[in-house]
Amino acid sequence: MKISVQSQDFDLTEETRFLLKDKKIGAIASFVGVVREVAMTLEHYPGMTENSIRKIVEDARARWQVMDCTVIHRYGALQPGDQIVLVAVASAHRGDAFAACEFIMDYLKTQAPFWKKEHRPGGAQWVEARSSDDQAAERWQGPTRKKAG
Amino acid sequence: MKVKVLFFAGLREQLGTSGEEIELPGGIATVAGLRSYLSKRGNSWKTALAEGKLVRAAVNQDMVQQTAAIKAGDEVAFFPPVTGG
Repeated sequence: MKISVQSQDFDLTEETRFLLKDKKIGAIASFVGVVREVAMTLEHYPGMTENSIRKIVEDARARWQVMDCTVIHRYGALQPGDQIVLVAVASAHRGDAFAACEFIMDYLKTQAPFWKKEHRPGGAQWVEARSSDDQAAERWQGPTRKKAG
Repeated sequence: MKVKVLFFAGLREQLGTSGEEIELPGGIATVAGLRSYLSKRGNSWKTALAEGKLVRAAVNQDMVQQTAAIKAGDEVAFFPPVTGG
């Protein structure tokens, strides 16, 4: 398991290769979040950020068969088109990999202490949290949806 | 008792501080109690921490409800709802 909160960019191909060491792996599902349209600065809470991501990944591992996982989240100044976040989940089968990847992203959006400040022509403004993000995370609550794969 | 208080993002800017160590008077035992105590510090504090404002909290780097207990030596952080990802 690799969790990194960093200012520098990441390379999806390199991270995927890193996950492929285990020959029992049959699927890697990955998600890359990208800055859309407006430049921004990302602030985070050093220490808590890493811990909260680790907890989310552990929750995912309790629900699905996750063989390995990489989460990278950037902070600092980012331009439109820049990569912000990577979640890559390795599993034996695609069902677990897809579900765990989406679960981790949904929880990261509502639990990990990051804040975006957008730099628009009229001035800088903190991005408001969206209730649709809370709803996305909430849909995972209730009975465990463990897939056969 | 003494606690370390931290503020992040929009809340940090509104209050003009990223945090401090403070000595609390007796009787403050929860996150909500601390928030209410801080809100009496002045105008920007009252506005930023008013009841009804969406303020999240963490104790020792764990996200908690406002009813969570606090004790001497804790790191208590206040911040707006998160917007990462």
